[in-house]
Amino acid sequence: MHDSRTRSKSRWAAAPLLVFAVIVFGVPMLVLLGGTFTKEGTLSTANLTESLQGAYLTALLGSVKISALVAVLGGVLGTFLAQAVVTSRFRALREAVLTASGVLANFGGVPLAFAWIATLGNSGVVTTTLGLGQHGWSLYNFWGLTLVYLYFSIPLQVLTVVPALDGLRPQWREAAQNNGASTWQFWRYVGIPVLTPALLGGVVLLFGGAFSAYATAQAMVGSTVPLVTLKIADALTGNVLIGHENVALALSLDMIVVAGLVMAVYLPLQRRSARWLR
Amino acid sequence: MASLTPQVSTQVTTQVAPGAAPARGGRPRRPRVWRGVVLVLAAVYFLVPLIASFVFTVKAPDQGFSLDAYGQIFSAESFGGSLLLSLGLGLATIVLVLLLTLPAVVAVRLGAPRLRPVLEVVCTLPLVVPPITFVAGISTVLRWGPDYLASTPFYQTIIALQNPGFPVVLVLAYVVLALPFAYRSLDAGLGAIDVRTLSEAARNLGASWPHVLLRVIIPNMRSAMASASFLTLALVLGEFTTARLLSFETFPNWIYRISGSQAQVSVAVSVFSLLITWLLLLALSSAGARQRSGS
Repeated sequence: MHDSRTRSKSRWAAAPLLVFAVIVFGVPMLVLLGGTFTKEGTLSTANLTESLQGAYLTALLGSVKISALVAVLGGVLGTFLAQAVVTSRFRALREAVLTASGVLANFGGVPLAFAWIATLGNSGVVTTTLGLGQHGWSLYNFWGLTLVYLYFSIPLQVLTVVPALDGLRPQWREAAQNNGASTWQFWRYVGIPVLTPALLGGVVLLFGGAFSAYATAQAMVGSTVPLVTLKIADALTGNVLIGHENVALALSLDMIVVAGLVMAVYLPLQRRSARWLR
Repeated sequence: MASLTPQVSTQVTTQVAPGAAPARGGRPRRPRVWRGVVLVLAAVYFLVPLIASFVFTVKAPDQGFSLDAYGQIFSAESFGGSLLLSLGLGLATIVLVLLLTLPAVVAVRLGAPRLRPVLEVVCTLPLVVPPITFVAGISTVLRWGPDYLASTPFYQTIIALQNPGFPVVLVLAYVVLALPFAYRSLDAGLGAIDVRTLSEAARNLGASWPHVLLRVIIPNMRSAMASASFLTLALVLGEFTTARLLSFETFPNWIYRISGSQAQVSVAVSVFSLLITWLLLLALSSAGARQRSGS
């Protein structure tokens, strides 16, 4: 009896959080959905159609392109860095890299953009010292933004992959070696298959981070690189024609669908990797 | 690099092989070189922007050295106001997120395990949904509110939410954004202690539920709560999207605004804010380490 009373009571302790989430998160999301499918007071898919055409489509594809590039590059480079740290015998190095990764993975937004502008921007320290300006260098384009996004993506991949690399047991490598496997064969048939879920999971996280980044892009490139977040912000702050606010909502819905699809890949993968890496 | 590595590594192997190789189980020495290359490249990539930013802020126009930019931070207009606003918002967000999440996490552990999937979904969605789309929804609600609710008490609420002195709407939005991090650290903290035994012992000794929560569970979760608070504070201090789109001048927005006229000062503040985040997270990880070694 005591137990059942506890049960019914404890359910109520979770209620405030759930009610809060439904109101503060649910209502804006419903309004977003409603606004997407409303045009001048009537039900319509015109906003959604418009959000998938012309400059809006270019921006959406631009965001997907840069996010995919950052995810793949960051995933590969981050994994190499993580492996270098994990196999190192210096404990201090490992601690330092992991702590630094924890900080740098959270180093986004406006300060990140300014740090890079001060480094490689038109009057940046490295640009002026090496005279890169004469060679046509510019930070304010697609590749510059990729370079900057990698700055928080690689550390995030390191944080994601290090536990998985730690879980690769030395016995597996020894068993492979005893059976005459080369290093390449070990990675090809044992290491990479076991790590794949963790690696892909990291790549998905990086994609999500780059896809939803707004502050860095706004502070760095303004609107010279077409990105969906910049388009949404422009539409919301009134930098577009009146009556197009709902296109911003439709674009937001497009973003949620893309992010949701990518995340849907991640969750089953995470479960699979948990099976091996205990 | 790929063609270079094996050649170098054979030299290394022949040099050190007699003594070291058997001791390490005959493992080839190849990793050494690529590891060094990777670490050096990473060090260059990650350190150069930090060093260059610092150099940028101390470089005087006549090629001299000057710390003026750092001095100007504190005298710049509305520096104090925006920083205080962000700190206040951070504090309110921490209080609210802990008040909401802690009871829910304890409840799910103790009596309502069936609610766990629901809670997981609620606390993961803000990670999946890009923040800017959430803000798009909020700003639409705030824009529509006056049209539909003008004659009801809700109208006053909508106005009060947007009070520029202390925009409550930002606190609400930040709580949603902070939920995933708070939930994860509190849940992990709770997993590390035996809540059931502790709470049953306290209940058998006659403690009321609020008493159990305040005097038994919370003192055992100090480090988890500290980590949730730190992560929330870091999030709020760096948050730009929501505040900018809803037009409130928080700290990151202030940095963005002054960058046009005072580039050096804005970079100085950026360096400064990185240092603060660094210190917060260092404090956090050392507190975590102490906790682990203590238990």
